[in-house]
Amino acid sequence: MQMPSPDARIMARKAQVVARLEQALGARGVIHDPAETRAYECDALTAYRCPPLCVVLPGSTEEVSAALRICHEEGVPVVPRGSGTSLAGGALPTADSVILGVSRMNRVLETDTMDRIIKVQTGRTNLSVTGAVEELGFFYAPDPSSQLACAIAGNIAMNSGGAHCLKYGVTTNNLLGVTMVQMDGTVVEIGGAHMDAGGLDLLGVICGSEGQLGVVTEATLRILPKPEGALPVMLGYDSAEAAGACVADIIEAGVLPVAIEYMDRPCIRACEAFAKAGYPDCEALLIVEVEGSAEEINHQLETILKIARDHDPVEIRAAQDADEAARIWLGRKSAFGAMGQINDYMCLDGTIPVSALPEVLRRIGELSDQYGLGVANVFHAGDGNMHPLILFDANKDGDLEKCEEMGADILRLCVEVGGCLTGEHGVGVEKRDLMSVQFDPVDLEAQMKVKDVFDPKWLLNPAKVFPLAASESRRA
Amino acid sequence: MIRPGSEAELAEAIRDADGPLSLRGGGTRGPLPDGTPITTSGLTGIVLHDPAALTLVVRAGTPVDEIDEVLRGANQRLAFEPMDHRGVLGTTGTPTIGGVVAANVSGPRRVLVGAARDHLLGLRFVDGEGTVVKNGGRVMKNVTGYDLARLVAGSRGALGAITEVALKVLPGTETCASLVARGLDDAAAVRAMSAALGTPYEVTGAAHDPQAAGGARTVLRIEGFAPSVAYRARALAEVLKPHGDWQIEDDREAVRADWRGIRDAAPFHGSTGDLWRVSVRPSEAAGLAARADAAQVFYDWGGGLVWLRTGEGDDLRARLGRHDGHATLVRAAPETHERLHTLQPEPLALQKLTRGLRDKFDPRGILAA
Repeated sequence: MQMPSPDARIMARKAQVVARLEQALGARGVIHDPAETRAYECDALTAYRCPPLCVVLPGSTEEVSAALRICHEEGVPVVPRGSGTSLAGGALPTADSVILGVSRMNRVLETDTMDRIIKVQTGRTNLSVTGAVEELGFFYAPDPSSQLACAIAGNIAMNSGGAHCLKYGVTTNNLLGVTMVQMDGTVVEIGGAHMDAGGLDLLGVICGSEGQLGVVTEATLRILPKPEGALPVMLGYDSAEAAGACVADIIEAGVLPVAIEYMDRPCIRACEAFAKAGYPDCEALLIVEVEGSAEEINHQLETILKIARDHDPVEIRAAQDADEAARIWLGRKSAFGAMGQINDYMCLDGTIPVSALPEVLRRIGELSDQYGLGVANVFHAGDGNMHPLILFDANKDGDLEKCEEMGADILRLCVEVGGCLTGEHGVGVEKRDLMSVQFDPVDLEAQMKVKDVFDPKWLLNPAKVFPLAASESRRA
Repeated sequence: MIRPGSEAELAEAIRDADGPLSLRGGGTRGPLPDGTPITTSGLTGIVLHDPAALTLVVRAGTPVDEIDEVLRGANQRLAFEPMDHRGVLGTTGTPTIGGVVAANVSGPRRVLVGAARDHLLGLRFVDGEGTVVKNGGRVMKNVTGYDLARLVAGSRGALGAITEVALKVLPGTETCASLVARGLDDAAAVRAMSAALGTPYEVTGAAHDPQAAGGARTVLRIEGFAPSVAYRARALAEVLKPHGDWQIEDDREAVRADWRGIRDAAPFHGSTGDLWRVSVRPSEAAGLAARADAAQVFYDWGGGLVWLRTGEGDDLRARLGRHDGHATLVRAAPETHERLHTLQPEPLALQKLTRGLRDKFDPRGILAA
């Protein structure tokens, strides 16, 4: 993975840039000591690191605007950062860039259960948004697995999803309005507490633009009443085909579970060794969760279990209460930790049409043999978002490179069967150079035109999303 | 009327155009801009329906009725229940799916499941230079690159002509029921609707007609499997006791017909005067309607959408003043559309972005919208 070489002229002006930023934000809002900027050298994609020129931590929309205006005047690239949990390198700096972190801006500005909204500063963490409305009987639906740490700013930048999107959608479906600062310091208000933005759907294109169009400082989010209850059922199968057919039949029967999770044998074994959730040793494990009152849950589970039995399961276990439900979820929720304990791994994020599942799993198996690297599959089966974990040894020369090549092959496969490179993690730097697999040059050109309008000088997070060769003339 | 039979022909027609084009699907939603008429209604057909993946890929000119029929055959539906504008506008023609997506047309269920744009998985379009662009895809979770699909959806043809859309579809519902209260004033009705939408009983529609025959009528909809609908209707009526006396109506066909009427703004069919659609925070809806001093008012989306009928040529926006939302002129004489603008003018910073995007996607300015 290449990043553009830093601009020596900017680095030579570091003192001047820092002085101007300190004047606008106060010394407390600017970090420039190399010992301290190191903390911002990477996000959760730790394979790539580079300390930034400096870091600014504004405390208000006005300070964000002031900082961006200065960087715009100085021609300094800016990399926006939420909590730094991106798995795609979305917050990876270059040596000539300023990191703009929104972590100090984490207040709740308004909650309104009549209009079913919450307005927050975007440094607030995902889970603490739900925390702010839980006692009122509400929750914020998107639930990425990093929700304890990840910030709403990053959720909006990456259009984050989670396990419950099948029913509740992803960030873009739950975002009603933003206050956003453009690179030149202009503050715009888009949407609000009402349901539809007027005019062009700017909110739609800002969500998921990976911090390249502006810095979102405040967000109005839709909150939903908490369901009466939820229970999962666990289904074990001896083939991917049977599990895939079961998922298809459940959906075709008109039941809409809130989540359908899938694990394959390597993943089941690792989770079982780690969490001892009592999973059967089988080829494919499904966890299907439904919501509602006790009666409604029973009615849906009856339908699901009837379908499940038609596909010759090796095991069926329905949770009767919260304890059993927690045990069923335990293994799945510790999947990534469990894998991490036995191996280094790389987590992919492609999406495929659900119907292509058995074929994709078979071909991932073939790639695994070809490269000599193990793969464990865990994913959201209801919406086709796969998370194959490629196992490798970081201490073994060439293993990381081999793993990256195999990852690229799996993502190409996802596109080939009608899917996409990334379902919820974002492109960042990680999948940047694979964009041409999914898009023709005119498709990328159309996307880059949008950035031309919002950030004509291409200073905001410039080396992400688009292949470097495609964006080169604009970044120059 | 130019009526291309393929995406390539449409691209060619746009490339070769030497003046403004008046782009449309079935032409049922108006107002139609000046220019050489060009329609996507020749691009028809379902490209893919994958029921197990809840996915439908369809060409833009396909009639909505045809899609409904195909989906019904698989016990599925377009969950955002797009409105048919022919009743309020007195237009003829056939609503197309491309028109629905281009105008982000959504019905009563929007309040729970989202708008048309929330069900959009991807699309193909021809920009103002005649270039064919694809964005998104056919899968439910996709964050690969910018979301141009949503930007183009709802742009009313200003950024290009949509040629194909991929949509998320949802399972059909076995049955439905309505809870109805009579005689609530507007503010009380909105409070009741908010209370209902704040319960876990998944209310899929909440409307209030202050001028209904027989007195003000507030109606809430519940859908799903029969035992679940029965349970939730009872539970909801119990919770809403402080907000009035609620009757349960459970004749499925009658309830469906009632909600088709709400979807299509039936109270305004055959009326005269201008018609406005105001997007507003529900808690401000009743106050806003009072300020509007309108001849007729109707609330949908739990108060989030207020329909207002005014005198011909009245500047409703001036009477409403500033509020968290915006007013769209749906029905008026062409000169009123011209003078007052169909869409609410935006603040300058947003106008600049909109103008910039239109210039990029249609540098010759031929996509009049």
